[in-house]
Amino acid sequence: MLSDVGGADRTASRSFERMRRAIAIAVLLLVAVALPFLVSNYRTFQLTLMIAYAIALLGLNILTGYNGQISLGHGAFFALGSYVAAIMMDRWDLPYWSTLPAAGLTCFVAGFLFGLPALRLEGLYLALATFALAVATPQILKYKGIEEWTGGVQGINILKPQAPWHLPLSPDQWLYFFALAVAVVMFIVGSRLVRGRVGRALIAIRDNPTAAATMGVNTALYKTLTFGVSALFTGVGGALSAIAVQFVAPDSFGFLLSISFLVGIVIGGFASISGAIYGAFFIEFIPNIADSISKSAPWAVYGAFLVASVYFMPNGIAGVVRVAGNRIFRVRSSSNIASKESN
Amino acid sequence: MEALLHQIISGLATGGIYASIALALVMVYQATHLVNFAQGEMAMFSTYGAWTLIRAGIPYWEAFVIVVVASFVIGVLLERFVVRPVAARSVLSVVVIFIGLLVIFNSVAGWIWTYSVQTFPSPFLDNVFPGNKYITSHEFGSLIVMLIELAVLFVFFRFTSLGLAMRAAAYNPVSSRLVGVRVDLMLALGWGIAAALGAVAGMMVAPIVYLDPNMMSGILLYGFAGALLGGIDSPVGAVAGGLLLGVVENLAGAYVVGTDLKLTLALVIIVGVLTVRPSGLFGKTVVSRV
Amino acid sequence: MAALLEVANLGAFYGATQALHGLNFALDQGGITTLLGANGAGKTTTLRAISGLVKTIGEVRFEGARIDGRKTEDIARCGIAHVPDGRGTFAEFTVEENLRLGAHARHDHAHVGRDFDVVYSYFPRLKERRRQQAGTLSGGEQQMLAISRGLMMRPKLFLLDEPSFGLAPLVVQEIFAIMRAINREQKVSMLLVEQNANLALDLADHAYLLETGRVVLSGSADDIKQNTAVRRSYLGY
Repeated sequence: MLSDVGGADRTASRSFERMRRAIAIAVLLLVAVALPFLVSNYRTFQLTLMIAYAIALLGLNILTGYNGQISLGHGAFFALGSYVAAIMMDRWDLPYWSTLPAAGLTCFVAGFLFGLPALRLEGLYLALATFALAVATPQILKYKGIEEWTGGVQGINILKPQAPWHLPLSPDQWLYFFALAVAVVMFIVGSRLVRGRVGRALIAIRDNPTAAATMGVNTALYKTLTFGVSALFTGVGGALSAIAVQFVAPDSFGFLLSISFLVGIVIGGFASISGAIYGAFFIEFIPNIADSISKSAPWAVYGAFLVASVYFMPNGIAGVVRVAGNRIFRVRSSSNIASKESN
Repeated sequence: MEALLHQIISGLATGGIYASIALALVMVYQATHLVNFAQGEMAMFSTYGAWTLIRAGIPYWEAFVIVVVASFVIGVLLERFVVRPVAARSVLSVVVIFIGLLVIFNSVAGWIWTYSVQTFPSPFLDNVFPGNKYITSHEFGSLIVMLIELAVLFVFFRFTSLGLAMRAAAYNPVSSRLVGVRVDLMLALGWGIAAALGAVAGMMVAPIVYLDPNMMSGILLYGFAGALLGGIDSPVGAVAGGLLLGVVENLAGAYVVGTDLKLTLALVIIVGVLTVRPSGLFGKTVVSRV
Repeated sequence: MAALLEVANLGAFYGATQALHGLNFALDQGGITTLLGANGAGKTTTLRAISGLVKTIGEVRFEGARIDGRKTEDIARCGIAHVPDGRGTFAEFTVEENLRLGAHARHDHAHVGRDFDVVYSYFPRLKERRRQQAGTLSGGEQQMLAISRGLMMRPKLFLLDEPSFGLAPLVVQEIFAIMRAINREQKVSMLLVEQNANLALDLADHAYLLETGRVVLSGSADDIKQNTAVRRSYLGY
C-alpha cells in the first residue's frame, strides 16, 4: 500500500535523525570528558564557567525562545543562585553540592513570583520590566539592610571544593566534571520538557495564545511555571559559577550580564537546546579574545552581532547548523513525505 | 516644614531630568508604538559630541544647536535603515535590535572618549537666585528648558498639520496611508525628534552627574518609570510622571527608605504601573496589545 | 476619452492565496460604478488592490498612468479617496481633526477652509459635532465623517467599501442621496462596493458583477435591474 511506503519512509527518516543526534551527543560527551586532561587548569576553569552559562542560557531559552516571554533580566536570577550558593557555603558551612538544589528551588520560587505580574505584560512591556529588574539588581545586592547576608559591596569569598575520595584530580578538574554531570542532568530534563507535550504547549502559547487557551491550555499556569523553571535553570548555573569563581559581589551582576545572556541565546539560537551550548561558548570565550584588542571591543562585538543576527542569522548558530546538516545528509523535506502519505 | 519644601523642590529638579528623558521615550512610543531601550545611550553619545565641540572652542549654544540637529538626523537614519527593516518582525527581533544599539553606542562612546569621567559645562549663570538653597540655577534652567520643550511639542502635535499626521500614522497606519499620510516618513521623523529630545536631556543631565559612558542607564530607567507613571502615550503625562517620580523618590529617600534603593523604587513603580494601571495616570490607550 | 480608472488582468494575493483572477474593467470619468457580488466574491479585495493594500499582479491605470505597485499613500495622493469597510475613522481624534487629516496632503491651503464649509453643508450634523471624539459618533455619522474626510482630499475618484454596512435603512437612504449629490456637484467619480445590490443599482450608472475573483457580468445599472434572470440567480431578488 502506498501509504505504508510513506509511513516506513518517515519512520526511517526519523530514526536516522535520532541516530544522527545520538552520535553528535556521544562525540560531544567524549570530547568533554577528555578536555580537562588536555588543557591547562585555567582553561578548565573557563570551560566550567561555560557549562554554567550553558545551563543558564537553557533556562532563558525555555522562557524566551520556546515560550516567547522576553526577559532582559535573567542576570538577577543568576545572581540569586550565586548568592544562595555563596551564603550557604560561607555563612552556614554547607557542602557545595547542596547549594545547587537550594539555589534552584529559591530561584524557582522567585521566578514564579515574578511570573505572576508578568502575566499582564506582553512583549515590549515585559522586556521593559525585566530591563528594570536587571538595572536594579546590583543596587539591591548592595543594600545595607541585608549586608549581613550579602557582604555588601565587598561580597563574599568562598573556597573551591577539593576532589573527593582522593581522586587524582585538581580542584578545577573536579569541579569541571561535577558541572558537566549537573549539565547532563539539566539538559536531559530540559530536553524532555521542551520536546514533549509541555514543549508544544509552550510554543502554542508563544505563537498564538488565544488559540492555545481555547484548546484548553491553562495559559496562566504554564507561563508562570515556565518563568519559575527558567529561573531555576539559570539559578543553578549561577550557583555553579559562584563555586567556580569563588567569589560573588554586586557589581558582577549588573545589567550587562543580562545582556550577555540575551546575546547568548540570540547567537546560539532561539528555541534550541544546542543553541544554549553554542551561545555559552560565544559569551565565555569571545570577550576574552576581543578584550585583547580594546576594552570596549567585546561589547561592540556583542552589539554588532546582536544587530547582524536579526538580519542574517535569525535562528542563530543552531539554525545554521541545522540547515547545513540537512543539506549534507539530504534529509527528505517533510512536504515530500506528506505528499507521499496523501497518496 | 521647610525641609519638606526643600525635598519637594529638589525632587522637582531631578524630576525635570527624568521628565526630559521620558519625553523622548514617549515621542518614540507615540510615533512607532515601540519602546527605545537605546534612548539613554543615544543621548549620552550626543552629549559627548557636544563635549567635543565645546572643548574645540565652539560656544555652548552653538554646539547645542549643532548637536540637536545632528541627533535628529541620526535618529531619522537609524529608524530608516536599522529599525524599519525589522519593525514588522517579531517583538523579540525589535528588542534585540534595540539592545544591540544600546550596546554599540555605549561601547563606541567608551572607545572614542574612554571611560574616564569628564565635567560638562552648564549654560546657566551661577547666581539666578543667589543664596537660595532649594534649587541650583542649573536645575532651574533645566526645568525651564524642559517646559519649553513640552510647550513646543504640545503646539506641534495639536495645532500643526505635520503633528496631526504623525499622530495619525502612529495611531492607525493603514487609515493614514489611505488619506495620503507618508507613514514611513512620519515614523522616521518621530525617531528624529526623540533623538533630539534625548540629546537635550543628556546635555542638561551631564553637568549634574558628570559625563561618562555609563551615565544614562539609571536615568533611562527613571525615565521609563516616569513615562509609564504618567502615561506612555501622553507627553504631558510623561512630564507629570517624571516630576512626580522625582518628588516621590526624594521624599521616600528622605523619610522612608534611604537613598540606597532608588533604582529599586523605579523597578517597583514600573512593574506596579504596568500591572495595575498600564495606561498610567494620564494616558488613554491601554498598553497591552490585543 | 480615456477611462479614469482601468484595471487589466488584475490578480491579488493574500499571502499565498489568490483572491482575484485576471480582473478586467474600466471606469469612465463622472459616473458611479458599482461592484456587486456575494460574500467572498472579491469586491473588497478589488478596492484594496487598487489602493495598493494587497500584493497584486497585472495593471491598474489611473488617468492613464500606472499605479499598481506604488505605495498606498502615493496612490491616495494621486486623487483616489478610499473609504474602507469599517469606516477607518480615527476614533480618538475629533471630527475636525479627522477632516483636517483628509486635507493635510494638499497644497492649496487657501481652499481648505472653503472645503470645510462644503462638507458641513452636505453633513450639518458633522458641524454640530466637530469637536467631539470621532469614536463617540453613531454609525451613520461615522460613515458621513469617512466620506467627508475623503472629500477633503479633493479626490477625482472615491472608492467606497460597503457604505451601507450596519446602518439603518433611513440613514442609508440619506447618505446615498448625499453621495449622488456629491457625484453630480463636485464631479467626483465613484466606485462603489455594495452587498445590498438593490441600493447600489439605484445609485449607480454602471455595474460589474464579480464571482470568485472574476468579472462575470457587466452592463448599465438599469439593464441589470431589469434583467430578472440575472437578478434572481446572482443578486437574490
